[in-house]
Amino acid sequence: MKFDTVIGLEVHAELKTDTKIFCNCSTEFGAPANTHTCPVCLGHPGVLPVLNQRAVEYAMKASLALNCEIAGETKFDRKNYFYPDSPKAYQISQFDKPIGENGSLEIEVDGYKKNIGITRIHMEEDAGKLTHDEYDDHSLVDFNRVGTPLIEIVSEPDIETPEEAYAYLEKLKAVLQYTEVSDCKMEEGSLRCDANISLKPAGQEEFGTKTELKNLNSFTNVHKGLAYEEKRQEQELLSGGDILQETRRWDDAKKETTLMRVKEGSDDYRYFPEPDLVSLHINEDWKNDIKATIPELPDARRERYMEEFDLPAYDAGVLTQSKNMADFFQETINEGADAKQSANWLMGDVNGYLNSNDMELADTELTPSSLAKLVTLIDKGTISSKIAKTVFTDLMEQGGDPEQIVQDKGLVQISDEGELKQIVDKVLENNPQSIEDYKNGKDKAIGFLVGQVMKETKGKANPQMVNQLIVDGMNA
Amino acid sequence: MSILEESFSEIHKKLHNKELKVSELVDASFSRINEVDDKVQAFLSLNEEAARNQAAKMDEALGTEDTRGLLFGLPSGIKDNIVTNGLRTTAASQLLANFDPVHNATVMDGLEKAEALTIGKLNMDEFAMGSSNENSGFYSTRNPWNTDYVPGGSSGGAAASVAAGEVSFSLGSDTGGSIRQPASYCGVVGLKPTYGRVSRYGLIAFASSLDQIGPLTNTVEDNALVLGQIAGHDRRDSTSADVGVSDYLSSLTGDVKGMKIAVPKEYLGEGVHEDVRNRVLEALRVLEQQGAEWEEVSLPHSQYAVAAYYLLASSEASANLARFDGVRYGVRASEADNLIDMYKETRSQGFGDEVKRRIMLGTFALSSGYYDAYYKKAQKVRTLIKQDFDQILEKYDVIVGPTAPTTAFKIGEKVNDPLTMYANDILTIPVNLAGVPAISVPCGFSEGLPVGLQIISRPFEESTVYRAAHAYEQAAGHHKAKPEL
Repeated sequence: MKFDTVIGLEVHAELKTDTKIFCNCSTEFGAPANTHTCPVCLGHPGVLPVLNQRAVEYAMKASLALNCEIAGETKFDRKNYFYPDSPKAYQISQFDKPIGENGSLEIEVDGYKKNIGITRIHMEEDAGKLTHDEYDDHSLVDFNRVGTPLIEIVSEPDIETPEEAYAYLEKLKAVLQYTEVSDCKMEEGSLRCDANISLKPAGQEEFGTKTELKNLNSFTNVHKGLAYEEKRQEQELLSGGDILQETRRWDDAKKETTLMRVKEGSDDYRYFPEPDLVSLHINEDWKNDIKATIPELPDARRERYMEEFDLPAYDAGVLTQSKNMADFFQETINEGADAKQSANWLMGDVNGYLNSNDMELADTELTPSSLAKLVTLIDKGTISSKIAKTVFTDLMEQGGDPEQIVQDKGLVQISDEGELKQIVDKVLENNPQSIEDYKNGKDKAIGFLVGQVMKETKGKANPQMVNQLIVDGMNA
Repeated sequence: MSILEESFSEIHKKLHNKELKVSELVDASFSRINEVDDKVQAFLSLNEEAARNQAAKMDEALGTEDTRGLLFGLPSGIKDNIVTNGLRTTAASQLLANFDPVHNATVMDGLEKAEALTIGKLNMDEFAMGSSNENSGFYSTRNPWNTDYVPGGSSGGAAASVAAGEVSFSLGSDTGGSIRQPASYCGVVGLKPTYGRVSRYGLIAFASSLDQIGPLTNTVEDNALVLGQIAGHDRRDSTSADVGVSDYLSSLTGDVKGMKIAVPKEYLGEGVHEDVRNRVLEALRVLEQQGAEWEEVSLPHSQYAVAAYYLLASSEASANLARFDGVRYGVRASEADNLIDMYKETRSQGFGDEVKRRIMLGTFALSSGYYDAYYKKAQKVRTLIKQDFDQILEKYDVIVGPTAPTTAFKIGEKVNDPLTMYANDILTIPVNLAGVPAISVPCGFSEGLPVGLQIISRPFEESTVYRAAHAYEQAAGHHKAKPEL
């Protein structure tokens, strides 16, 4: 029996406003516990929320970039639940009139393209953060995060594979970063994802019972969790079992999902309109003003890079996946560097370095100008690609001007034919056996001889010229 | 006569002429409290040291030519659900028995700017839920006219403190009659402003869409003076209106010639005590003699007001009071084993019966499956009630009737009968649901207890309310009667 997989994702993204959604406290990450708080976000008696206009504009911008219809009238509601991370014991959220609805996002997986529907985007406030590990008999709560503006982006159940889910998240993150409404740092919690997944017999209309996955703290874990859950549900169904409506937690150490709780019916949050806030009317002018601030989005930029710089689709895709990378590339080109060479450096060495050191481009000392100079130095033959790699590490770690580094360290490539010929001649003289081998048809001998020249020149000899000189010398 | 029963203008004249010092005023206030508050029990806490220090500083300023605030030196009492920075604020709940705020309500900033003095915090029904002050988590305030009787509620302390001459004025809050009904029972002037006229920032919320802070005073003129200092747009309260504040004093012309008065038949019908009806009819005659005209009208949906109110107010309260969970402030139950027990114990021990009753009612009304039948339907009723008022106020300047169907009742008389207690607010609640301004002014007595006349007008027309109330008050003179304690 074959099954179809049905996946829907709920993504929470923190909006990167300077201040919280209902008070003037800072939203800065990483401050000492409970220092970014005031009577309003601490839910003291008598306080009232005041809506941060910037948060509304960011939510609107994200909604527009995700092709949503913007509500002409939107309002806030109270979602009631008791938990120590929620100072008012209700969260101000949006229930029946979200700011954005009926959007979509195009993804590409294994060469096919597909639209994933976005049901709704609504605004709400974040909760505080609880720490349970430090003491046995009590927990700690940090209210710095409480009141950070969030948007919740709910997808349609259009996603059919864990790979599509991964592609959707990558794309969503790119759009939110391009529009500069969110940092989307999963490790800081500024992007969070819950996933719903169910299976149904292939072709059947009606959905099966879904489980909800939590603790998916990276896109990779979303993929892994869904793949695990897909298989688990399939085996359960094939063995004649039932899927229960459960919340399950991804255990990254055990690489499996474990049961958190079985849901009986839906939770009753007793939503009702927030009486402390007035409803919000969004007219066409306001909407158009926000629309005008949306920059070129990833798809458009990718198309442009393919056309303008003649890059392959793959390269353009990798370079435009994050706005930082795309901007960096653009600026490198603007500094006069060759497009394909710059692309190769960014996709290869730079990305490799970032991945193995778990860093962001912005965390390194590399600048578009220094990369452009490096690429140009190779282009002009001033340094070899091999030497460039050692300069590159310096640029990433210490920064500086590549020309200066090359000068200071005496790394300039020896391209003087006379100088090289002297060295080549000496090497040939000392290695008659290799010349013999070459003449007997062993081309490998050339490699050995080039290596000897490089040894003599500490790697600075122009490899193409050395090659030519050796061949010429042996044939002489 | 206590100096605190004199009008602001009299007091200010005496201060100006150096016949009186601010410290003497404050002295008078505290000695009156010493003298009578054992009987009245209007205060929950006093601000004696700070008030005396401020008074001393003000006396020094008296000799200078500096401009003075419009409430300069006047001793005031503040209902204990209005948050006062550094001064204990409990909302008369055991749960907040240890709560010292770190912030000030916006109205307190207004009073400070006007240079009024805070004498202390006033007793009330816990979280403003009640009509008799018997729901205070500490003790019941008594009616100064007869201490066997309730002062009304929930601003019972606010009304009783002014009636007893303990302060010059007080601030109360009105969600379903909580300023007007005690003002009526205690024979003082109490105004519920238009919803949005006075900032709610720092008012411990009971029902956010209905709550308004307002002044209780000896006279209409004093009332207008206080309102002028606390009204206005506040960026910290999104529901406060960006509507200019009128010069309320200039509306006290004494002229009601041609004023059109509507008298809803529902306000003089069944359930309204005969004496109350007669006092109101006498008041209408007084207004008539001054050139006003009145006609009987109908507010057909008023009969549903109490039911709609208890659903809406309790629904909002169930969320507003959820924050009192023992986690961050207030009195936390200590013997609980885990989080859920801590919540349950803290709230079981901290809240009184009436508060629990309303939280349960509101939680139920908002529950999935009941929301449409209760909360949503009540909102529709509210819209209809508002339309009733709008239609009548299109043709008439004011609506006049009694503030409450009866005079004050005896302590303990209705405490075990919540529904009868709720019905007591039948004439005040529709006004909150409609969001319009209304005042209660003394209009005589029934068996030694004061009767209040309610005057209602259009949104943001407190001036019209004051004009009618002032003309009546000056002609009738009932405000001059004071209780003997």
